[in-house]
Amino acid sequence: MTLEAFADTILPGQKRVADDVAIAGVAAGPGAVAAGALELLGWPATGITGLLPDLVKALNSHAASYAATRELALDPRLPAFPALAFEHRTALVLILTATGHQEKAMWVLLALFSYMAFDAAAHLHTASAVTGGHPGLATLGLTQPDDDGLWRFPRNSYGRSLADPHPDTTPTGSPA
Amino acid sequence: MTAVERTDIAVVGSGFGGAIPAYHLGAGGAKVVVLERGPWLNSDEFEHDYRLGSSFTRVFDFVVGDGMSVLSGNCVGGGSVVYFAAMPRAPGFIFERRGSIGRRMWPSAITRDRLDPWYDRVAEALPVTPQQWDQVSYAGGLWAAACRHSGRTANPVPVAVDADKCTMCNWMIAGCRFDAKRSLLLNYLPAAIVHGVHIRPLHEVQRISRRPDGSYRLHYNLIDGEDYRLTTGSGTIDAQVVVLAAGAGATPVILQRSEAALGPMPRAVGRYFSGNGERLNTAVMNEDAVRDVLGLCRDNGVAYEAYEIGKGPCVACWDRVDGSLPEYSRYSLEQLYFPLGLGTILAQVPDTSGPTWFGVEKKEMLASFRSWLTIFQMIEDDNEGVFGQPPQAGNADRLSQQMLGVGSLRYEPSATTLRAWAAADADVRSILERDGLAKVAPWTSDLIGAYTVHPLASCRIGDDPRTSALDDRHELRGHPGIFVTDGSAVPCALTVNPAMTIAALAERAVPGIMAAARQRGVVVEYGAPAPDGSTSGRRGTAAQAAELARE
Repeated sequence: MTLEAFADTILPGQKRVADDVAIAGVAAGPGAVAAGALELLGWPATGITGLLPDLVKALNSHAASYAATRELALDPRLPAFPALAFEHRTALVLILTATGHQEKAMWVLLALFSYMAFDAAAHLHTASAVTGGHPGLATLGLTQPDDDGLWRFPRNSYGRSLADPHPDTTPTGSPA
Repeated sequence: MTAVERTDIAVVGSGFGGAIPAYHLGAGGAKVVVLERGPWLNSDEFEHDYRLGSSFTRVFDFVVGDGMSVLSGNCVGGGSVVYFAAMPRAPGFIFERRGSIGRRMWPSAITRDRLDPWYDRVAEALPVTPQQWDQVSYAGGLWAAACRHSGRTANPVPVAVDADKCTMCNWMIAGCRFDAKRSLLLNYLPAAIVHGVHIRPLHEVQRISRRPDGSYRLHYNLIDGEDYRLTTGSGTIDAQVVVLAAGAGATPVILQRSEAALGPMPRAVGRYFSGNGERLNTAVMNEDAVRDVLGLCRDNGVAYEAYEIGKGPCVACWDRVDGSLPEYSRYSLEQLYFPLGLGTILAQVPDTSGPTWFGVEKKEMLASFRSWLTIFQMIEDDNEGVFGQPPQAGNADRLSQQMLGVGSLRYEPSATTLRAWAAADADVRSILERDGLAKVAPWTSDLIGAYTVHPLASCRIGDDPRTSALDDRHELRGHPGIFVTDGSAVPCALTVNPAMTIAALAERAVPGIMAAARQRGVVVEYGAPAPDGSTSGRRGTAAQAAELARE
């Protein structure tokens, strides 16, 4: 739940069920969680999988401190980070990824893999992810591949001169 | 007892800096072994796939440093397999740059005029050709039109791409499936193999030591073909001459690690690293304004919506590539496609009071992906990068099984570099936000600092022993018989894409390497034609080659 809440803070989505806690539901359409952030993070090829239990602990510890400092009441039944409202999850992510924070590199890495699940579907083959309607790639509007899983764009150019070249261009096409 | 392998020439790395000398040395009769840390993939193995473990992550490396991340090739063919094949020559004023060292950074022997014949050789070999407007992607055309609307010029950049084979798929970073991109897998490397050069993939050289007879011993690890964090063995090979071309992010690390055995390194090894002054801006175009203001319309009736279509960079504005301007105020602005999966996180939402790189508004920006336009700045940085202590192996502590690692490079941009980026940012904004064409913002430097796809200068040529590691023939000062021919030899940021210059310098270095090899008893003769047998380039460099072969 904690990692889902973090991924949802990075690229938010709509709640899966009405009482969804991890996904705050601040954005329409699917976000990083629906795109497979947890599946990607759970793949040892990323190199981050073994660190996740410690990251969860650390994130909830930071969230508890954050809440205590601001006198925010947290639902004791929930881990501290998912218990934060979205605006506070966002504020905490900004703190953890700010220049000078000792653990910055790890939180940036966690955010990077949250992104990669959404904008690259790095846990799936891209062609089948696009044809299968992967929510992140569909949001980006990637074109469907050809039948062999490769992309080709036979229409690709305005086909006309659209600027004057620099006057010092040499015959090789390079600057002088 | 294991037999020690011996060769005349050991080449470390198989990108431009390695493949070009390997070809000439092999064709000239020397026994050449190329040690490449990455895998060997052929075109039918290059995939359109971002999945971890695909060709994209097998051939491409992303090394995070302190203030600078380096993106580079990691395969047979090196950077040429993953590059976007933009091949402009460096402008003439670059060779007069002084940087902050108070003297010309380039050796006096090298000017643009003197390098042009070597550029010609590369242009013949790959080949490199000027690009026509009907070969320019929609994104390139859009950038050109926006530049013209602002009273600027814009050029289709010369490229090493076979336009007849190119499908404009924009998957160049994962290797070209269609053999359209003229990588080294299509010219120098197959020609080298014909001449008996041995290429050994997944051999990562860690350090070099000296033998009692003055030859060198290279110590390498064998890298697992799937999980690069693992080694499957190790070995050594002895050579009379070493050509180091592991890339500007790796060559200095190998030399640092060799210092205990070889003796003190020149001061400039691992210093003066340049990221080629690179920085990206991403714009979200207003499709209506593209149609109404610029008069652009695709044949499907849409004005643009074509960010994913193309072949990397097609068009550059060179108005600030102007030798009459002061140093640090010159730069190019080049349209680019940046593949998904790595950089998307760094693109910032323009004009927001909320978080710029994540959150609700960033997701909305992603929904406009088809209307993105990315502009690549190449300013003159100040060679600020310094390598720290080498990692245990390779040039990075690998985090993921492929691609992602943490290296020892530190980079703190100087005031001149920051000012140049700010000026280029403002210039991009003035072009793209004019008349409501777009909203634009630079990529954030808050998360990983700066980044470069063109690492340079970490072991550079020059005339001054204090500020250059190599002499003007690329020989490592104080260590005769070791040459460096990759991007680390280029002294400074070029304001344009550097692959053409790296390749031209590698061509130029060959006569000197051969002279050193002959002095060490290797029978080798200079004079091979281009890999396809063409000879006009060879004629153009004959006089300089004779000078460089002085023994």
